[in-house]
Amino acid sequence: MNASAIREDFPILNQTVNGHPLVYLDSAATSQKPKPVIDVLKRYYETDNSNVHRGVHTLGSRATEAYELAREKVAQFIHAPDAAQVVFTRGTTESINMVAYGYARPRLQPGDEIVLTAAEHHSNLIPWQQVAKATGATLRYIPLQPDGTITLEDAAATINAKTKLVAIAHISNVLGTIHPVAELAKLAHAVGAVIVVDGAQSVPHMPTDVQALDCDFLAFSGHKMCGPTGVGVLYGKRRWLDEMEPTYFGGEMIDVVELYDATWKDTPWKFEGGTPIIAGAIGLGAAVDYLTAIGMDAIRAHDQELTDYALERLRSVPDLTIYGPVEAQQRGGLVTFNLGDIHPHDVSTVLDAEGVAIRAGHHCAQPLMRFLNVPATARASFYLYNTRSDIDALVHALHSAKEFFQHATV
Amino acid sequence: MQLSELYRQVIMDHYQNPRNQGDLEGAITVELRNPSCGDEISLQLKVTGGVVEDVRFRGSGCSISMASASMMTEAVKGLPVDEALALSNAFRAMMRGESFDEDQLGELEALQGVSKFPARIKCATLAWQALEKGCKA
Repeated sequence: MNASAIREDFPILNQTVNGHPLVYLDSAATSQKPKPVIDVLKRYYETDNSNVHRGVHTLGSRATEAYELAREKVAQFIHAPDAAQVVFTRGTTESINMVAYGYARPRLQPGDEIVLTAAEHHSNLIPWQQVAKATGATLRYIPLQPDGTITLEDAAATINAKTKLVAIAHISNVLGTIHPVAELAKLAHAVGAVIVVDGAQSVPHMPTDVQALDCDFLAFSGHKMCGPTGVGVLYGKRRWLDEMEPTYFGGEMIDVVELYDATWKDTPWKFEGGTPIIAGAIGLGAAVDYLTAIGMDAIRAHDQELTDYALERLRSVPDLTIYGPVEAQQRGGLVTFNLGDIHPHDVSTVLDAEGVAIRAGHHCAQPLMRFLNVPATARASFYLYNTRSDIDALVHALHSAKEFFQHATV
Repeated sequence: MQLSELYRQVIMDHYQNPRNQGDLEGAITVELRNPSCGDEISLQLKVTGGVVEDVRFRGSGCSISMASASMMTEAVKGLPVDEALALSNAFRAMMRGESFDEDQLGELEALQGVSKFPARIKCATLAWQALEKGCKA
């Protein structure tokens, strides 16, 4: 994979920030968008824009066709058996909430258990807290090892006959840990539970096969995988989607409406009430085309190579603490760290002065920050357009930060 | 944009040697956090006869948030409540890049550079927000 050539596809990268070439290392927050995706959005609004699934005019047909084609593309991308198992949502958060409201709340009862980890993003934690409060179910956490990984022994000890649902990120957004989702799915299914996978960090960065993982639900966002903001996906097993009630109601999702009752369209349209995210979905389809042409195996290999290089280079920075698994093959394309006792905000500001964009804060994972015993961390995350020279710039800027705060010391 | 405009010597001094740290007995306590970044402050105010008689804080956060808290406690200690609130307004005006009375703000002017770093303004205003809440309690 030639990252230098790929960079040419991303117009935004060709700029200077604070007098330095932009070094964008925050793709785990949101990825940049390649020209083909931007062009598809522009073309859609210039030539095809119309509402979908209604009206009989030509533009309406074109928009509907493009919207449904995007669904098929996404289905193929994650190896879903059927495009109808792909529901377009606003993003990972909405997808997980849809499962929480539509699947979990009607089914769970006092005494039932929901299994998760303390490393989850708030979007895969708070919906389950709310389900527990509403149903009387209990949350149980698979313990984290010191490096933030989980063991299958611990998972097997936590998942039991009372477990009704297991919710876990495929890749942790803070530690980069890759969780053994397929094995966890087996453990969940053995006790009759379902597994909900937060794929926000994994689907953009590695090949995803929902049938091989055997997950019941998979949630992910378009904007972290070169697509537009505001669009995401909920994949579900057909049986669950068919059984689930919609979580919101209105136009577009209905079959027959009477004065006192109504019936719904089939899966997935019953979940897409109101005018759907048409341009977003079409843009996501274009992003899927773009990623597929490059190859998800190649993107995963590139991430891993950069992570390897980053881990090696960052170890040369004095006083730098790296969190998470030590080996690059155990983690996604990101590195979370702290630089001595310099607060990550201060680190990030100094890096930004050198054009280096990273994330600083608690990364929507407050329980994990407590586990790591830090108020916040800094995170550099990589994607297909990053190169080794980006990491060199990061390391250089970290040395600058170190020096700056040493001199600032009175 | 210069880093030295942001991290002035006086700010780093307050960050490394925060003033008025600790607890006050029988004081108004305001706990605030910045949920997006994890900065936290617990501000304790002792108001007697409409005057901020004493003020202490505990907190964790970046240099800007902690230095601003330390400098705020020094600035408002001994001030009548209405003057403390007026000072807070002046500080916020400075953060918005608006004109302000240099004499009124005194040493706090060192934080003026923060106004050029939009992402850091909320760090500098956290302690002042706690002060306002405490004064209105």
